[in-house]
Amino acid sequence: MVTRIDRRMAKLRNEGRPALVTYFMGGDPDYDTSLSIMKALPKAGADVIEMGMPFSDPMADGPAIQAAGLRALKGGQTLVKTLKLASDFRAGDDETPIVLMGYYNPIYIYGVDRFLKDAIASGIDGLIVVDLPPEMDEELCIPALKAGINFIRLATPTTDDKRLLKVLQNTSGFVYYVSMTGITGSALADTGKVATAVQRIKGHTNLPVCVGFGVKTAEQARVIGANADGVVVGTAIVNAVANVLGPKGEKTADPAEAVATLVSGLAQGVRSARLAAAE
Amino acid sequence: MNKPATPNSFRTGPDEQGMFGIFGGRFVAETLMPLILDLEKNWNEVKNDPDFRAELTDLSTHYAGRPSKLYFAEGLTRHLGGAKVYFKREDLNHTGSHKINNCLGQILLAKRMGKKRIIAETGAGQHGVASATVAARFGFPCVVYMGATDVARQSPNVFRMKLLGAEVRPVTAGHGTLKDAMNEALRDWVTNVEDTYYLIGTAAGPHPYPELVRDFQSVIGTEARAQILEQEGRLPDTIIAAVGGGSNAIGMFHPFLDDKEVRIIGIEAGGRGLDGIEHCASMNAGSPGVLHGNRTYLLQNADGQIMDGHSISAGLDYPGVGPEHSWLRDSGRVEYVPILDDEALEAFKLTTRVEGIIPALESAHAIAHAVKIVPAMDKDQIVIVNLSGRGDKDVHTVASMLGMEI
Repeated sequence: MVTRIDRRMAKLRNEGRPALVTYFMGGDPDYDTSLSIMKALPKAGADVIEMGMPFSDPMADGPAIQAAGLRALKGGQTLVKTLKLASDFRAGDDETPIVLMGYYNPIYIYGVDRFLKDAIASGIDGLIVVDLPPEMDEELCIPALKAGINFIRLATPTTDDKRLLKVLQNTSGFVYYVSMTGITGSALADTGKVATAVQRIKGHTNLPVCVGFGVKTAEQARVIGANADGVVVGTAIVNAVANVLGPKGEKTADPAEAVATLVSGLAQGVRSARLAAAE
Repeated sequence: MNKPATPNSFRTGPDEQGMFGIFGGRFVAETLMPLILDLEKNWNEVKNDPDFRAELTDLSTHYAGRPSKLYFAEGLTRHLGGAKVYFKREDLNHTGSHKINNCLGQILLAKRMGKKRIIAETGAGQHGVASATVAARFGFPCVVYMGATDVARQSPNVFRMKLLGAEVRPVTAGHGTLKDAMNEALRDWVTNVEDTYYLIGTAAGPHPYPELVRDFQSVIGTEARAQILEQEGRLPDTIIAAVGGGSNAIGMFHPFLDDKEVRIIGIEAGGRGLDGIEHCASMNAGSPGVLHGNRTYLLQNADGQIMDGHSISAGLDYPGVGPEHSWLRDSGRVEYVPILDDEALEAFKLTTRVEGIIPALESAHAIAHAVKIVPAMDKDQIVIVNLSGRGDKDVHTVASMLGMEI
């Protein structure tokens, strides 16, 4: 089954440039603002949208995404509403791939079968579930693949060659390489090491390899994008939202515009990435 | 929930995937998976290694003071006028609780694995103190994550940890309790994968932690079983222990699980009552979910968001429970019942007065249940309560509950 992710990645491969994968938190700071942010992403140059599903206990996330999740939950966000965000977005955009990213428990409580059915109906293309390693594939990964939703796995610096095969086995859509050992929003790792790791993964799979964790600026996107098939930016976008919220959560500027400005710059970085590679 | 078929033995879990029925497992980020597999491999090597066991036994004896006594609580027995009450005196261990049993085992494992740094989470501070203690003894730097609320209500233990050379990092996320401390410890571990050993204090978390913590704590039940046979010539009718994450309870229960005649009761923190949200009775008022690397009973809302809960006792203030307890609950082998803050406080005062023992508020929950059931039992029946820790750390909390200043 060919998903929107597969189509988009193939198109970018033909264009000879990496994808800009943008993460935002669904429902941050409220439903309507979040929908306007989501709509602004492709217009500003995002190729793939990752939508965070807020969770009370995000063990792999740094302070910025923790805070974004709590803002969303405080604003009344639920998994039902996160799926609705996707379907509202789909009404005006049937091309941009949407990947849901988060933790397993809200999906487990929603019910895996019901979730997959509703996710497909909402136009979801892929899932990244941080706390479901290959050892737990029966939980969600296999049912998702059967349902025609990509299950995008994280590979990390601790994933050695032997384990990599296991990680890649049921992965589809793309491989998400976590640039360093740590939580989201930490400092970017040595880009040389990241490039080596991307090459190592590519030796084992034909899937696109996108790199995330620590990429915050257009220049970093350009350097990482020289070797990777995609660059994931999350914390910087979430911070762009936080920066226009006052102490009581009131908006001091338009969050969607703040995100669009940042993403436009990142998009330029990504689009000049292969020039960087040629340098 | 379907009740699983009754197994021939309740002592064979977990399976190779780290599951106790549907509970347990390895729900962690990929970054941590290789570390957990490495821990499992090392654990499997040492668990039946006579040299490792000998070193642990030697430390348990000469450093921690094992075996802990099985004490006939004559004052409480007389006061209640029913079954004979025994206390398993884990409060007499070095560092004042059962936590040292697990910490000694895990620090030897960390040493064998060549780790250079210890991290731990703590609620009441008992596990933090025990971790800081073994880190000092074996020369490891140690960072303890502790919820900011707990730092405030357990200040004596915070000071002890600092004296022992540990760095205590207060965690302000959530309600600033054990759950949040555990999140932060996991974030540290995912960042410092090369040299750090995560010394989990309770029988929860990803496989193999629930199994290895249980095995290190099972010394409690193994001793108690032998001691009661020695002192009374028979097994007890009932054993009781408090359950937060559940390490003292699983350590007490596990050696008795296949003794069908022994009634086993775990006590959850009922807080201010199960009607509202101010309790930590995940097995009485929660539902199965996935948190901190395992599937288990959790306090959560309809959207799968974890609730914070409440207990007078910092050590029970956790919205989940070890996965083996969840399995024992569903299989029907162990009963889990709640005890309210007020009932625990009364038991704390009573034990102090009639036994001259100040119990930890966690243990006071277990005693409170004995206070309820013992009077209706026959005088020749026997109840063992696991006195998991001493209550010196709780005097500030108790004083403020009683409206006193100290």
